[in-house]
Amino acid sequence: MSKLGRRRFLVYSSATVATSMLLKACAGGNETTSDTEDGIKVGILHSLSGTMAISETTVVDAEMLAIDEINADGGVLGKKIIPVKEDGASDWPTFAEKAAKLIDKDQVVTVFGCWTSASRKAVLPVFESKQHMLWYPVQYEGQECSNNIFYTGAAPNQQIEPAVDWLLENKGKSFFLVGSDYVFPRTANTIIKEQLKAKGGKTVGEDYLPLGDTEVTAIITKIKAALPNGGVIFNSLNGDSNVAFFKQMQGAGLTPDKYPVMSVSIAEEEVRQIGTEYLKDHYAAWNYFQTVESPANEKFVKAFKAKYGEDRVTNDPMEAAYIMVYLWKQAVEAAGTTDIEAVRKAAVGQEFDAPEGMVKMTPNHHISKTVRIGQVREDGLFDIVSATKVPVAPIPWNQYVPETKGYACDWTDPNKGGKYKKA
Amino acid sequence: MSALIEGLFNGISIGSVLLIAALGLAIVFGLMGVINLAHGELMMLGGYTTYVVQNVFKPWGEPWFSCYILVSIPIAFIVAAIAGIILERGVIRFLYGRPLETLLATWGVSLILRQLVRSVNWLLVICIGVFCLLFFGGMRLLSRRPDWERIRNLVIAILLPMSTAIAVVTGFLLSQIPALTKAWFSARNVDVTAPSWLRGGVKVLSFQMPYARLFIIALTIICLIAVYWFLNRSTWGLRIRAVTQNRAMSSCLGIPTAKVDALTFAIGSGLAGVAGCAVSLLGSVGPNTGQNYIVDTFMVVVVGGVGNLFGTILAALGIGIINYLIGSGTLALMASSVESLKPLVDVLLFFATSSMAKVMVFALIISFLQVKPAGLFPQKGRTAEL
Repeated sequence: MSKLGRRRFLVYSSATVATSMLLKACAGGNETTSDTEDGIKVGILHSLSGTMAISETTVVDAEMLAIDEINADGGVLGKKIIPVKEDGASDWPTFAEKAAKLIDKDQVVTVFGCWTSASRKAVLPVFESKQHMLWYPVQYEGQECSNNIFYTGAAPNQQIEPAVDWLLENKGKSFFLVGSDYVFPRTANTIIKEQLKAKGGKTVGEDYLPLGDTEVTAIITKIKAALPNGGVIFNSLNGDSNVAFFKQMQGAGLTPDKYPVMSVSIAEEEVRQIGTEYLKDHYAAWNYFQTVESPANEKFVKAFKAKYGEDRVTNDPMEAAYIMVYLWKQAVEAAGTTDIEAVRKAAVGQEFDAPEGMVKMTPNHHISKTVRIGQVREDGLFDIVSATKVPVAPIPWNQYVPETKGYACDWTDPNKGGKYKKA
Repeated sequence: MSALIEGLFNGISIGSVLLIAALGLAIVFGLMGVINLAHGELMMLGGYTTYVVQNVFKPWGEPWFSCYILVSIPIAFIVAAIAGIILERGVIRFLYGRPLETLLATWGVSLILRQLVRSVNWLLVICIGVFCLLFFGGMRLLSRRPDWERIRNLVIAILLPMSTAIAVVTGFLLSQIPALTKAWFSARNVDVTAPSWLRGGVKVLSFQMPYARLFIIALTIICLIAVYWFLNRSTWGLRIRAVTQNRAMSSCLGIPTAKVDALTFAIGSGLAGVAGCAVSLLGSVGPNTGQNYIVDTFMVVVVGGVGNLFGTILAALGIGIINYLIGSGTLALMASSVESLKPLVDVLLFFATSSMAKVMVFALIISFLQVKPAGLFPQKGRTAEL
């Protein structure tokens, strides 16, 4: 290589600086200002890029909607909420790093964030060591109860277990379990297997796909071998793999009338991404669907569409994300301060008229929720085929799994804590 | 019988996806010796092209929409090939013979391409367009002057900051218009819907062959034949082979080696685009699509033996079939029927899930490369170049 002259060096370096400025300018200025005057900073930590971005960006939208609504309504304790967004990039160590950054550098008073259990498990030690607070909006496998996390998504007994019960009653006794290869599907399937054993169902097979993998031929062969005359498929795949799974299911001739698939990670947003033509007549279990009929939901859907466009849809994690911001706001107002300990105490017992129905924060830091089963219809929304009459109380420690049978969680009583044996 | 056909078909269909993805790399890495880590991103560009073509065809209604996929294949080839030429002329040609730098540079390019599809919008395109027009246009105009050689550095020193500044200012001014700053694709994955004739499948004995898989197998065969014909029967193919074998001698004999390099790279990249179009039928298309394939493609080329197309074919099909046999538990089933293999069954059952099958295949490949480090068909004699 020829020697870099001074003039050349100047030219190249100025070009580099200028180009990065150019790219920065063109990428659009949607960054939040870190103005702290009379504002309360909260962290928003989700994957804005990578394989999980498909789902997590929608949750960010819902959180921003709630924050905007609260700010328009006068804010919290007379102050505006200032969201600080960080990108976890679908990479679990990045989540932990960004969580620490939000807490130490940005000094946020709480963090709303995460989607996958893997990312939550990655940030958990950060929040526990710094005695900070995370609000987590997605259904998950349970078997966890941290003092530093509030879970506004479903515990297994508010989604997976009712779904299995419903399938046993209406669709058949033989189950094939498919999931992505990480903590949520593995734990969820352990629970399902125990539940099936207890209730007279049968697990005929299970398989796991690496997160993001799209080669599902082997799984389809196994399903056909294990269930030659049709049966229930319980699907806990996450992210892109779902697209490949449903596309190739249809190609292989596994139709929903013989092989109904119950999914626990597919909501309205994912239906649109995968394509209704592949998903029609399959099932999903959630606490909320856009088609829920209630005044609170009407208002939520209307506000969301007004902010983000008529073509957008709302779904369960978005609703959970929306209500967790409100629950936090109520807790702060009840405590009269943003001090983390005080807010944590005040949060338990907060009730909110959510789009899904009334929800209440219980002493185990989970919320009571209505459970619903929906069937995908032509327009990509769900027909609600089953719903519980009253909200179901959350049980984080699973009662079907032998290791955690008989355990419960209560953070309001210092003698009990995260995992105690029920009398 | 039916199980055997099904196993073979599924193995081949997995293999054909690997093969079509690896074919372009077999040319770029195999023939040119360029470690192109942006290969996956060229596939991704092909996938996005398919998505765009699909959306263009959508309003035209049914008879047209059905054949969008056939139109998108050549367009995906061209788009990826153009990206490949820019990549080769802009970056890689300066790095021939330095594999480590090539590796790092193409990795960087792959990051840039991934971020590009996430954030590309009209504003970005306009800014880059303005910059290119001013800078390269200015260079072109001034290069007609007789004293060009003397003033070249000065011109660059003036033109570069000036056109950058103008582009930046344009960017700032136009960023007020929200329509321009809306991202085309955003970070989310986009959905390519197969036309109705590619959904479903044909029933053979007791199982169903998906049309999408048959289509990919056919496409792979067509690409293979085209590549074979091009390399062995055309003038440019002859030149490519000549340059591969002995660059200095080919150059002496009047073969324009720079052009040959660009052409080879363009074809390899174009094939990646076609592969991207094919895999969009199986999954969704997103910024990370390429990342799911890059490891597999390198694996196929290395196992097949660098520089050998036939080896690539064999490696892809072999890996596909083994992966399927282990992952679907067929191998465990076969072993359990033979008395002497009984102890093996537990091990095989342990590996009989999709994610564990991958582990097993990787382990097998590593041990295979211990025995034959240069792959199935090692290049004999002096390897072409570098």
